[in-house]
Amino acid sequence: MKRSNRPIFWSLFGAGGMVSALVGPMLIFITGIAVPLGLLVPRETMSYERMLALAQNGFGKLFILGVIGLFLFHGLHRIYHCLHEVGLPLGHGWMAAFHGLAAAGTLAAAYLLIVIG
Amino acid sequence: MKTYMRPMAGWWRRNPFYLWYTLREWSAFFLTAYALVLLFGLVQLVQGEAQYAAWRASLATPGALLFHAAALLLVLYHAWTWFKVMHKTLPFVRVAGRRVPDRAIFAAGVLSSALLSLLLLLWVLA
Amino acid sequence: MNGKITKTIAIECLRYDPQTDAAPRYQTYEVPFTDEMSVLEGLQYIKDHLDGSLTFRWSCRMAICGSCGGMLNGVPKLSCESFLRDYYPEGVRIEPLNHFPIQRDLAIDQSDFLLKLRSVKAYLIPEAPKPVGEGTFLQTPQQLDDYYQYSKCINCLLCYAACPQYGLDRDFTGPGALALLHRYNADSRDAGKAERMELVNADEGVWGCTLVSYCSEVCPKGVDPARAVNQNKVESTKDYFLRFVAPRRSK
Repeated sequence: MKRSNRPIFWSLFGAGGMVSALVGPMLIFITGIAVPLGLLVPRETMSYERMLALAQNGFGKLFILGVIGLFLFHGLHRIYHCLHEVGLPLGHGWMAAFHGLAAAGTLAAAYLLIVIG
Repeated sequence: MKTYMRPMAGWWRRNPFYLWYTLREWSAFFLTAYALVLLFGLVQLVQGEAQYAAWRASLATPGALLFHAAALLLVLYHAWTWFKVMHKTLPFVRVAGRRVPDRAIFAAGVLSSALLSLLLLLWVLA
Repeated sequence: MNGKITKTIAIECLRYDPQTDAAPRYQTYEVPFTDEMSVLEGLQYIKDHLDGSLTFRWSCRMAICGSCGGMLNGVPKLSCESFLRDYYPEGVRIEPLNHFPIQRDLAIDQSDFLLKLRSVKAYLIPEAPKPVGEGTFLQTPQQLDDYYQYSKCINCLLCYAACPQYGLDRDFTGPGALALLHRYNADSRDAGKAERMELVNADEGVWGCTLVSYCSEVCPKGVDPARAVNQNKVESTKDYFLRFVAPRRSK
């Protein structure tokens, strides 16, 4: 029987799942609800200057890349399963394609984080 | 020998257990969309101050707020169910020869999430 | 009978005769019952008094043989340990176990499971043959605890009926067989883990599972197949990455 490449994908899925389970809700709350509404967190938290500083900081880059990349790997891995489960005829090989999309998004983020200085 | 195979179509609707499972899995669409929102924000940040301001303005629209509210609920559900099943991927954890109960592993996960989330919030407020 | 007035309950059964039916149909029977009657006894009443043609499997009546599994109102259950009183007054719909071909009425063709069972090498493969003269294997209570729950499987197939991944892709080895595979891998007397890894590592092995874990929910014996399968995702991952560092001995 052919050895599956699932372990690679599952590891990425697992890492993304753990990070999103630990800090996902709070991140969504801060960036998507609190700051836009000025609720609990001041609006200046996500000002251009502060976000630029974050993106130009070494740890900040890792944080942003980690969040975007791992969320994409976890999400797209699961989306593949969702589509397969409602009957779309997507065989095992398609998992690699979905991870390819996640990789593209991650590379885009990495490129942007390099370009920003 | 002739047999009959029942079709799978609509299986996820036929049992409450499967409905909750499907909800858990479909939270991934919202998590992925959120990651893309952040990615787009990064793109706009690189483009410049005006573009970034436009992105920020779009986050304050009712549609965006609704999306994030839904995403928050669904990712919370993902987190809850993630820690609920976490013990299944771990070997039996033993302390002083006795097995640590599965609910303790769940509690540890939820508490870690609450703690890290609080730390994140405090760091942002500082 | 003891003269007590008995209630009746509607038992709706899936009927399918391969020689005459193009597709399954349903037939409802009104069955008199008492509080202690199991659903299996309800089926037996139908067969003995109402309709001798109703076909279903059963044997021990005490949840150890694994024969009487079926879908009761859409939930996989053993009919011998389900009770008619719990379905009163709405009644109960009984169908054969999901995800298996229906042979006739409530009887399914379980041969796919038997193939999967054969493929997992569900027997002890010791390091070296141990002659009887050498005595028994010794195990601590903790070593027993490592695999005991997985040894309680009665091959009833409720987990296969519960598993949507098996329903969607019948190449998947499935919860029961993988739990039995793990039962042997986790047994301190066994040294056959390397031999079983090829199956574990395949798409049809543990990687068909998405942790729905309905299998563990419906298992009448507390085997927790979801746990058995997912332990081996970690093992398979370790095997995948460590093979470059420390190739396992081939057997």
